[in-house]
Formats: sequence, C-alpha cells, structure tokens
Amino acid sequence: MKLNIKRFNKEKNPQNEISNFEVSNENLLKALYEIKTKMDNSLTFRCGCKSGVCGSCAVRVNGVEKLACKTTINENDLIEAIKNSRIIKDLVVDVSHETSLIERTKSYIEETQEYNISQKDIKNIDLQSNCILCNSCYSSCPVYDVNKAFLGPFALTRALRYINDKKTPHRANIIDSIQSNGIWDCTLCSACTMVCPQNIDPKADIMQLQNISVQNGYTNPNTQTMDFGMDFGMDFNDDFGGFGGFNPNGF
Amino acid sequence: MFDVIIVGSGIAGLTAALNASKNNAKVLVVSKTYPTHSQSVQAQGGINAVLYEDDDSVALHIEDTYKASHKLANKENINLMCKEAANTIYWLDSIGVPFNRDNDNKIAQRKFGGTKKIRTCYSSDYTGLKILHTLFDQCIKENIEFKNEHLVLNLIVEDNTCKGISALDIQSGIVSQILAKTVIIASGGYAGIYANHTTNSYSNTADGIAIAYNAGCELSNMEFIQFHPTTLENSNILISESARGEGGYLVNKDEERFIDELKPRDEVARAIYEYINKGHKVYLDLRHLGLDKIKEVMPQERTLAFEFSNIKLESELLPITPAAHYSMGGIKTDINCKTNILNLYACGECAQSFIHGANRLGGNSLLEIVTFGKVVGINAANEAKNIDDIILSNNKQFDKDKALVKDIYSLPNKVNFYEEKESLGDLLFEDLGLFRSEEKMNSLLNKIDEIINDLSNMGIGDKSKEFNKNLVEFLEFKNSLLVSKIATLCAINRKESRGSHYRVDYPNIENDFKKCSLIFKSNDSIKISFEDLK
Repeated sequence: MKLNIKRFNKEKNPQNEISNFEVSNENLLKALYEIKTKMDNSLTFRCGCKSGVCGSCAVRVNGVEKLACKTTINENDLIEAIKNSRIIKDLVVDVSHETSLIERTKSYIEETQEYNISQKDIKNIDLQSNCILCNSCYSSCPVYDVNKAFLGPFALTRALRYINDKKTPHRANIIDSIQSNGIWDCTLCSACTMVCPQNIDPKADIMQLQNISVQNGYTNPNTQTMDFGMDFGMDFNDDFGGFGGFNPNGF
Repeated sequence: MFDVIIVGSGIAGLTAALNASKNNAKVLVVSKTYPTHSQSVQAQGGINAVLYEDDDSVALHIEDTYKASHKLANKENINLMCKEAANTIYWLDSIGVPFNRDNDNKIAQRKFGGTKKIRTCYSSDYTGLKILHTLFDQCIKENIEFKNEHLVLNLIVEDNTCKGISALDIQSGIVSQILAKTVIIASGGYAGIYANHTTNSYSNTADGIAIAYNAGCELSNMEFIQFHPTTLENSNILISESARGEGGYLVNKDEERFIDELKPRDEVARAIYEYINKGHKVYLDLRHLGLDKIKEVMPQERTLAFEFSNIKLESELLPITPAAHYSMGGIKTDINCKTNILNLYACGECAQSFIHGANRLGGNSLLEIVTFGKVVGINAANEAKNIDDIILSNNKQFDKDKALVKDIYSLPNKVNFYEEKESLGDLLFEDLGLFRSEEKMNSLLNKIDEIINDLSNMGIGDKSKEFNKNLVEFLEFKNSLLVSKIATLCAINRKESRGSHYRVDYPNIENDFKKCSLIFKSNDSIKISFEDLK
C-alpha cells in the first residue's frame, strides 16, 4: 500500500517535502514503524501505548485527526502533523500549550471539602475524565486561526470535569477563568466532537459551560455586541450576505 | 541546583514530585516522554485496598500479597503498603480521582485474582489514566518543574554518592548535566524488552534500571517477569484481569473451560501458553455477562476488542494470548526506597521493594507506586534538607556522555538494530518466557552476547541533531540489551520454579532458593549471588 507523509526537518534543504512509501502494514502506527525501522530511520513520530490511551500518536490522515495506533490506512493516504502547533520534526509537534491551558482554566481541585459522592456524580464526569490529551480537538479547532489565545476544547472539557466534580470547593474560580478567550469564543462548529477518539463531546461541554456561566451571572459578550450591531439594521445582515450566508453560531 | 530530581513522570514519579514539593523541596521531573504519554495510563483494572473491614481485613491483604510473592517478600514492607492502602485511596479520591461508587455511596470494589476477597477500587477501567491525569493536574497547580522529552543518560555518582544526572534534551539534541541533592528513579519496569510480546508501551525500555546498574546500584530478582494471561492476539493489547474478575471464562475452540480463571496470573498464563503451543486457539468468553454489564464495568475492554480485533465481546469469542506484562525485579530498595548509593532512591516498577517477590497480585502495582511514591517523595525531600551543597570533583561523566552521543553518529549502521530488537524480543519470549530451561537460556545468552558484540556494526541512519528519535531508540536498545542479559543470567542461576519463574528442568520450589538474587557490576562484568531475606 502506498502512503504519503508530509515531512519537515529544519536541518534539511528543502525543509518540507512529501515522502512516498510502500508499506505492508494496514495499521497506521505499525506502518509508520515499518517505514522508520526498514526504510527511513529519520521518519519521526511519537508513539507509546499502541492501544489508544496515551494520546501521543495523533496525526492527520487526509486532513482528519486520528490516533495512528487505531487507524487502518487506505491506498494513497496523506499523513500530516496535527495543526495549530509548531511542527518540531515530521509528525512531532510542540505540545507545551497543554500545561499552560490547563493552568489558565484552573482545572484542578484546590483543596478538599467534605463530600458525599454517588455513582451518579461519578457518571456525570466520567466521559470528560476519559480525555487522553491527544490534541486531536485542539488541531481541528478553527478558532485558533483567528485567536491563538483561545482556551479551546480539551481545556474547556477539563474545566467542566472539575466544575461538575462535587469535590471541587471553588467552582467559581474555574467558571471565572473560562470567560475570556474561552466559552464565548467557540463557534460551536463541532469539529472537535467529530474527531475525539474518546467520544467526548467538547461542543456539548462548552454549551453546558455557557449555561452554567449564565446561571452564575455571566453574560455572552458577543450577544451584547450583536445587540449593538442590530441597531444598524439591514446593513449588518447584508454584510453577512457576502459570506454566502455563513453563520458562525450555526450548524 | 535541585533538592530532588525525579527521573520518570508516571504515577510513581508524579506522586513523588507532589510529596517532595509539599515538603518544601525544589523539585525537577525529568522524563523522556510527556507525563500523560507515560505507561501508567495503561493500567486499567484497579487498585487494591481494604476500605471496609466487614468481610475483609488488612491482615488478609498482607497474607494474600505475601502468598503471591512465594515467600520472596519482606513482610514489614508489605505491612506498610497494606496498612497505608486505605489512606492512599482516600488521598487519591480527595484530589479528584473519580473512583466508582456503590449503592451506599461508598467507593466501589471488585474482585481480582489471587484473593477470595473483593478489594479492588477502580475508575471504570481507566483507573491508571484517571489517576495519572489527576496527578498531572495537581502538578500544574503546584507549579512542579518539568523537563519533558529528556532522556537520562547516566547518574552522576562520586564516592558512592549520587549528585545528579546527565540527560539528552531530545528536542535540541544537547546533552546537559543537572545537579541535585537527591535523585529518585521512577522510570518504570522492563517487560518492554519482550518487544512484540509485551503489553508495555514502546517507551518501556528499561532505561532507569540500566543506568542505575551502570552507576553501581544493586539490582534484585531480575528473573521474575509476569506474563499476563489475556492480551489480544496479534497486538498484545491488554484485556484487564477484571474481565475474569467480573465472571469471564477462558475457553478452547470447543467452548470448554480448562482452568479456574481466577488462579494466579502465572498459572493461568502457563495453561493458556501450553494450549497455544500445541497449535490451539484460546478465547476469552464474556457473552454470558450480557451487553449492559459489559458496557457498565468494562467499556474500555469492549472498545479495545472491537477496535483492535474487530470482535464484539457481547456476542463473540475473543482470541487471546499471554504476553510479558510486569517486571517484579529491579533496583534493590529498602522500606525507605533507598538504594545502596547514597542520596539515590527508586520507586515504582523500576524498584524491587520486596513487595511482590516472585509474583504480583493484580491491583497491587498501582497501590505500590502511589504509596511508595509518597514515601520516597517525603524521604528524598527530608534528606535534601541535610545536604548543604553539591561539589563535583570533575566533569568526567558529563564529558563521557557527550562523547557517547557524538560517537553514535559515526557508527557504520551496517546492521539494523531495530531488527535485532525485534528478534531479541522473540527470543526472550521463547527462551525466557513462561517455560524456561538451562539449555534454552544458555543459547539465549549466547545470542544476546552476539548482539552485544555486533553493536559496533549498528548505528543510526538519521544524522540530524534535533528530535532524533533514531538516536534515542538506539540508546534505549542498548539499555534493553543490558537488562535482557541480566534477567537471563538471573534466571539461569535460579535453579528452581517459583512464582512467575518456571523451570521445566527444576519444576519444584526449593527451600535453598528462598532467597533473592542480587546483581551488581564489578570490573565491567555482571556479578550474581543470592541473599537471604531480612
């Protein structure tokens, strides 16, 4: 089977190229390993558990985020590094944003309070706490094209996981931390939900966070702008007509 | 300079980091991966603790653990772990680990092998994942400093005192030296040496144990490697023991059961291996549990079986095979997690802490790494308070390690080390696997020596400086090779069968071997003896 891989090596000239390989493995991770060990030692990618739980092998296959270890390849597939991060080499990207995003959302328990937890409470945060930090959602998110400071799907899902955790004493801190460059900047486009290998639904999580925020007295700053904009009446809508009816808060 | 450097960022390493930091130590975690990429996330089934004394007791937990060790454990160490177990669980629960609950809102427990009691706590079957991510979030809260994707090359030891580490920054390709008052190795075990016959991560290459040995550390019980009975055929992905704990059957092609599924892992694994060796298939049968129960208690197993073997657990038989899963041996430590080198500690699967002995109970490994992660973090932080300054008499180790990395670039690369790594894994599974003999292991030893002698003909094809994984993997292979040789020598010398170590030529347990193997480096050769338990 033929596999195309988009390469990057800043020590090489040219730095960017697309390499083609003929592989016998159908599993993408095994195919990458086959290439590295038998054809080209310099092919660089991260991998670990080979069972979909360490989150290190996320790549894009024909433009869609996948975990290499769980992906079956097809003839002529194009494999690229994930988006929205600096590429270090080939399929390896900088993931240092993980720490800074979690830090900004204060997604952790500060100190314990007395709690009584039922299985229902555990279920309430079960899916969100299955996140493996693979960055598939981060890569798929179109908001990063315009706003690099956006908290983004995995950090917001993590924020919800701790807000909904009955052990968290200071939920207000977390809620406050996700207002700016956070929940209101999401276009609710669902790209993250489509690519999550753990079937987490960050879009739904963000909508839930918006509701929780409203209940806690926060308002959507974009709605305020919109209200203001409405004063311009038809002109405003006409402007949007030029974009082919694109509605950022739509589908 | 740091008070405490921790090598490894799995559950043991992060627990140690949090506890050292809490004790006012300046902490650095150095890891060749990112914390969330570490192998700890693969732990599925659960973590043992006696939480409710109605039907169980700490004494019984101690007894079960000692029994599984086949008398090669230290009861004092087991005592500490089992007595602290409830506190360990409540601490994890308090920082956010979402342990499943029962109908009375108490932490739920399930049945695992090797005990008649129900004492394994769990977070669905993502227990390791959820513990690690919770610890990671706490490390962010506490501002723990990390050097991720740094491969530790060697320990810096002078006058039998550890003074720091040398490490390759994988991203920049630069070798650096970092000094510390104390160093904790928490780098994981060595079941990864079995390459294509292991449940372990690609990253598990026995590095910490190899560098400790090279620095003069004593190792112990390296012959004891646990084989997990149930991994997916072809991919060796683990299907947790909870599948059998919840009532799953092991059956042959005629759908007949052939062993008590809840016997200790080594017995179950050998029974399966014998069947497979005769050319038969063995299956895990969960169909009678029904879809609802499977979805409720083992959603990850269900997904894994479907995604990697295309099998629906609720309606089909799942073909399985045993694979190397856990290593009981490692860096010899005492109850305070100290090694024989001053200011050097070890904790987690890389350590032989006289808990598991010849075999480990399911659910005891997560318990060990969190409980002793706390012990080691506190001890190292306290020890650091007694040390004023670190003075290095020279930069010999640092210079040697810079040369070591540089020289690899000029090796001829005539022999492909990746192929050698795979064939080493096949050989180990065959000759240092579930059934061992003098003859097979001697031949294995010769082959390992041949590979070692051939190292100068190997090398790397990627000559770039930055993020050279080819270079990293070559260094890892050398570590795996060394540890493979040590494990083989230990197994040859233990002329009996005990726990996970089964010799067809010495099928009985021998009282003369109620001892632990002791391994150390002397004049560049591997010395092995046996010592009595304290």
